[in-house]
Amino acid sequence: MTPGPRLPLLFDVPAPGSSFIDLLATLGYPVLPTIAAESRPLQAPEGTTVLALRYAEGVVMAGDRQATEGNLVAHRHIRKVFPADQFSAVAIAGTAGLAIEMVRLFQVELEHYEKIEGHRLSVEGKAAFLARLVRNQLAMAFQGLVVVPLFAGFDEALGTGRLYTYDVVGGRYEENEFGSTGSGARLAKSYLRTAFRPDLSADDAVAVAVGALVAAAQEDTATGGPDLRRGILPNVLVISASGVEELADDRIRPAAEIAVDTIR
Amino acid sequence: MTIPFYVAPEQLVRDKADFARKGIARGRSIVAIEYNQGVLLLAENPSTALKKISEVYDHIAFAGVGRYNEFETLRKAGIRQADLMGYLYSREDVKAQALATNFSEALGAIFSREPKPYEVEVLVVEAGDPNRMFRISYDGTLNDERKVAAIGGKAEALVEALRSAWREDLTLEEALAAGQAAFQQAEGRPSEGWEAAVLDRANGRRAFRRLQL
Repeated sequence: MTPGPRLPLLFDVPAPGSSFIDLLATLGYPVLPTIAAESRPLQAPEGTTVLALRYAEGVVMAGDRQATEGNLVAHRHIRKVFPADQFSAVAIAGTAGLAIEMVRLFQVELEHYEKIEGHRLSVEGKAAFLARLVRNQLAMAFQGLVVVPLFAGFDEALGTGRLYTYDVVGGRYEENEFGSTGSGARLAKSYLRTAFRPDLSADDAVAVAVGALVAAAQEDTATGGPDLRRGILPNVLVISASGVEELADDRIRPAAEIAVDTIR
Repeated sequence: MTIPFYVAPEQLVRDKADFARKGIARGRSIVAIEYNQGVLLLAENPSTALKKISEVYDHIAFAGVGRYNEFETLRKAGIRQADLMGYLYSREDVKAQALATNFSEALGAIFSREPKPYEVEVLVVEAGDPNRMFRISYDGTLNDERKVAAIGGKAEALVEALRSAWREDLTLEEALAAGQAAFQQAEGRPSEGWEAAVLDRANGRRAFRRLQL
């Protein structure tokens, strides 16, 4: 059971430093659920395909909107791509409930560090912290509750966008071109492999990202393509020197219409 | 054999209060001024590295005068409390009033229990409708302020100067000018450097911005 909210004022906290999850641990809040060794795998809604690619001025990150539970659709409007702070974003695939909580914790951690220390973590520091969150999840992964994120940030020191992929044990890999995770990741990457160019403009990169999601949705039944009749479009974030911008539907719809019209 | 000696509680409290007040009076002051889009915090601070004003949460800021290590401890405790409440419940459940009463309890406890009281005075400010400004003193005294507030050795003179300059719907520029003029008047000398920040409702979720002066 979670204890009631004890207020971490002065005396009751030894020295939690500038990390929020260390603060939770110090106060005795269970940061992630623990499970009995003999417990059986659960089925819970899963998010499917997310991807990111670098373009001339930063990174474009996109995700479809579907969550599935076995062969059923659990949600049609789920969000899997989130701003992490002013200059970075995170996308998630895998067990949706755990992944969304991981994102929330990640967002609070970045802001907490920034306020305590007076400056933001480096992109590398943020990426390393996210790896730690994934690794904390390992016991759950053995039960089939897997979370694998993507992380992208604008490096204010280097003046470029940077992109990281992860694996299930918290391995972290910096990508120079593109990355994808989730059930449709291989299909999306096949598309990206031919469509990607290093000098893409932001608009072209958005078109490529949406095209890759549409391509993935053709053969991966868990990935939800744009549903133009219901008005369900992918979430797309553009990360650049001016920060993280969430694209409005009317900027995504033309790319989605073209991709849906031209796909075979 | 040591002889236990008796000190009257009145004497003890008076001595501690005198001690804390002297410590606070040595430091430079900070003012908070409500303007048409939020609240301005202005401090005289020659250092560009060590800050007295800080973001705490979406629409909440903290300012402290006195001993740096002591108000820094309070600042960090405030950020921890705010982030914890916001994470456990919802962002909108984090209120300046809860933070202010916690600072008040903590400072009150330190004042009565510890041999040395904290030599600090702090402000907790929230931009909203209405804005909130709480001033908490070394002994835990909590005051709810309107329009303008000040902490530090020159607090009274600053508030007096600002009250006459303040009116409804000040712009940020006017509030800043009024604040700088008040410091000039209260200190009777030019400033040795400014630290300024706003909680501006136009800034979206994170309303806190530092100003470069």
